[in-house]
Amino acid sequence: MKKKALFCAASLVAMLSAGTVQAATPADILVIADKIDDLISLDPAELFEFSAYEYNNNVYDKLIALDPNNLGPLKPGVAESWKVADDGVTYTFKIRKGLKFHSGNPITAHDVVYSLRRAVKLKKTPSFILTQFGFTPENADEKIKALDDYTVQFVTNKPYAPSFVYNCLTAPIASVVDSKLLKEHEKDGDFGNGWLKTRSAGSGAYKLRVWKPNEIYVLDRAGDYWRGKAAMKAVFVRHIEESSSQRLLLEKGDVDIARKLTPDDIAAVQKNPDIKVESDLKGRVMYFAMNQKNKILSNPKVVEALKYLADYEGMTKSFLRGQYIVHQAFLPLTYLGELKDNPFSLNVDKAKALLKEAGYPDGFPVKIYVRNAQDRLEIAQSLQNTFARAGIKAELVVGTGKQILTQYRARKHEIYLGAWGPDYPDPHTNADSFAHNPDNRDEAKLTGKLAWRNSWYDPEVNKLTEAAVVEKDAAKRAEMYRELQRKLQQRGPFAIMFQEIIQSAMRKNVSGFVTGGAISQAYYWTVTKK
Amino acid sequence: MDLLFAIVRRMRPFVRLLLSLLVTFLGLLAITFFIGRVIPVDPVLAVVGERAPPEVYEATRKAMGLDKPLIVQFGIYIWQVMHGDLGMSLLTSRPVLEDIRRVVPATFELATVATIIGVLIGVPSGVMAAVHAGRWPDHLVRIIGLIGYSVPVFWLGLMGLLLFYGKLGWVGGPGRLDIFYEGMVPQVTGMILIDSLIAGDMSIFRNAVSHIILPSLMLGYYSLAYISRMTRSFMLEQLGQEYITTARVKGMSEARVIWVHALGNVMVPLITVIALSYASLLEGSVLTETVFAWPGLGFYITTALVSADMSAVLGGTIVVGMVFVGLNLFSDFLYRIVDPRAR
Repeated sequence: MKKKALFCAASLVAMLSAGTVQAATPADILVIADKIDDLISLDPAELFEFSAYEYNNNVYDKLIALDPNNLGPLKPGVAESWKVADDGVTYTFKIRKGLKFHSGNPITAHDVVYSLRRAVKLKKTPSFILTQFGFTPENADEKIKALDDYTVQFVTNKPYAPSFVYNCLTAPIASVVDSKLLKEHEKDGDFGNGWLKTRSAGSGAYKLRVWKPNEIYVLDRAGDYWRGKAAMKAVFVRHIEESSSQRLLLEKGDVDIARKLTPDDIAAVQKNPDIKVESDLKGRVMYFAMNQKNKILSNPKVVEALKYLADYEGMTKSFLRGQYIVHQAFLPLTYLGELKDNPFSLNVDKAKALLKEAGYPDGFPVKIYVRNAQDRLEIAQSLQNTFARAGIKAELVVGTGKQILTQYRARKHEIYLGAWGPDYPDPHTNADSFAHNPDNRDEAKLTGKLAWRNSWYDPEVNKLTEAAVVEKDAAKRAEMYRELQRKLQQRGPFAIMFQEIIQSAMRKNVSGFVTGGAISQAYYWTVTKK
Repeated sequence: MDLLFAIVRRMRPFVRLLLSLLVTFLGLLAITFFIGRVIPVDPVLAVVGERAPPEVYEATRKAMGLDKPLIVQFGIYIWQVMHGDLGMSLLTSRPVLEDIRRVVPATFELATVATIIGVLIGVPSGVMAAVHAGRWPDHLVRIIGLIGYSVPVFWLGLMGLLLFYGKLGWVGGPGRLDIFYEGMVPQVTGMILIDSLIAGDMSIFRNAVSHIILPSLMLGYYSLAYISRMTRSFMLEQLGQEYITTARVKGMSEARVIWVHALGNVMVPLITVIALSYASLLEGSVLTETVFAWPGLGFYITTALVSADMSAVLGGTIVVGMVFVGLNLFSDFLYRIVDPRAR
């Protein structure tokens, strides 16, 4: 008994004295604290989550790339050049020679063709980014072809705006995957999807070492990257749920970058001389939508009145400071066709007058559907207050993200408060969601489109959306999107309020970390540490 | 013939035990399964995301077997479980069994260290409280216990981190290791303390110790509070018994009376208490796991539950169920050793 107690005491002392804590991360290793519990698959043909997009951006190459330092113009990727024929439907890509996958296999036109066909045939969620050009699992073999080892050609079903096609090819779904490796791991015609879900088969700056869901993923630098060797030998992205824990780790130097700090924690670390905070625009817009199935909300005067009943300025100056800026058009800033006009501000008198014209001088009761996330609840409460000033009694229906979304997709909401992020770096992505609704029947089930979810059908707007996506002249096309956004500001059932900004806090010695602006794809291979 | 009867009679308790286990598990699974199916979360959405076109949605729904009647789905599930297949997790894209193999050792390691701390401190302080009932040692233990019960672990954990990691730098931060040590020990048991010893890497072992000490102290504090209260009340009951007076009258030392005679008789119920508190640490440490970024079972089940990842939830439930049953059997077994009457 005595011996045992002695042993226990000794081991306790040993444990207590063991606490030696490393002060900084190694110079050639980048450690990031983030929330990565949204990662569910690493297969580029399937991944569609924020964390997954970032992962993809550093592990895979695409035909066409974006310049991390200037995200607008398109840059050569795996394809060194490309052109569209006069028929407007035949696209040809010249593949860069001498590129290799992480496995050592050379990249050829056949890999590119395999990757695109595979994405179409697997029919996973993001496949629509490619199938909107008329590719189907049945016709993919015929429409997407390799002319020789270094030339790829595909044929679209309509002469779309070339900028639309090229922009879509920068999305993760168009990543070039290692066809030889995947064919080895194919099972029951799954194109290696089961295998690739948890592994990598790319040619990017980094390759996957390990992914433990809800915990961590680790990337190792790939040998010779054609863009130049990355400075960081390895990148560790650790899931840290709590902002305060992220902050502690950052302040102690156990992580180099903290990605998900609350505004309070951002304000606190800004006082720390070893830490800097960088802001960047994100692609997400925050909006509330009025279901046009609802008799009151379908009144255009009511829709307009509600747009004057949000305290846009007040919110971004108080509890949303550093998280959102006022932005009232459906395309995020930095996108082709961005619109900077913010015509609405809180104007209770005007709203009251509009409500009177609509026949609701004393307001009406309404339900706001919102998920139980802190920023959204705060916005909802602010709306509740400002609505009340015009006599509108708003009741909040709060649930988990998935509960609220299920209601929204079933068109069972009254007012929905939420966010929307673009799917690919082209204006059509949000135009298609917010403006386009070709079939307003319940049976149509166009649940991916916000216009349909809110039962909003406007033939003129539909036509304009369809015209913009085939406009060849990029400048003209941009103008069409601006017009479309103005129309939605006037009569759409959406009150778009804010665009998200992201603040990343990092150690002073970290530079070159790019979070990718509105396309939300962070770059690790540009990072250096002093 | 007599021999056969004898064997059957001998076997009867085991058969009964097996049957009751079977019924327990079936009931547990049925309840979890049907609760999982009635909560208003769409598991298909969790897989395909909110942007999925309807045909992708439908195809996935079919592939997940959700178009079949509930009772059929349950039947299929039980059939698979009986063949050792816990299904695939929607959230991690891996077999649930593989996930559980990954998360259980982390929780197991934490709960074990925590329970050791709880027992080492809880039992002696419970005994002291009983011996000095009504006087200051008793009050002190009561106050410490009360704090343990009533302060939210979330707050206590954060404060602990802030002080011992942030300010003083005595212990490691959130996580099981410093992040860049990840994957440097070959996995044998999944418990880093043991794996690093097997690999003979003392720097990783020390690092792991510096990371586990704070969360295990937090968790240990909670089990300590419970264990010391229970020890106190068991001991009070024993100390009032006649055999204690007899022992004292016989001139035994007070220490022997308390620590051998009284505590010896308390052992049996105490083991049950410790086993139960241990089991509850295994599945009930979600908050600690969140604060300390500890990738364990509680966190796994909770994340799975809010995303309607039912295979993962059910798999986790089976493990927790087995732990409870296993610990019950184990404490039964210990009874037999500690208490001669039960042999």
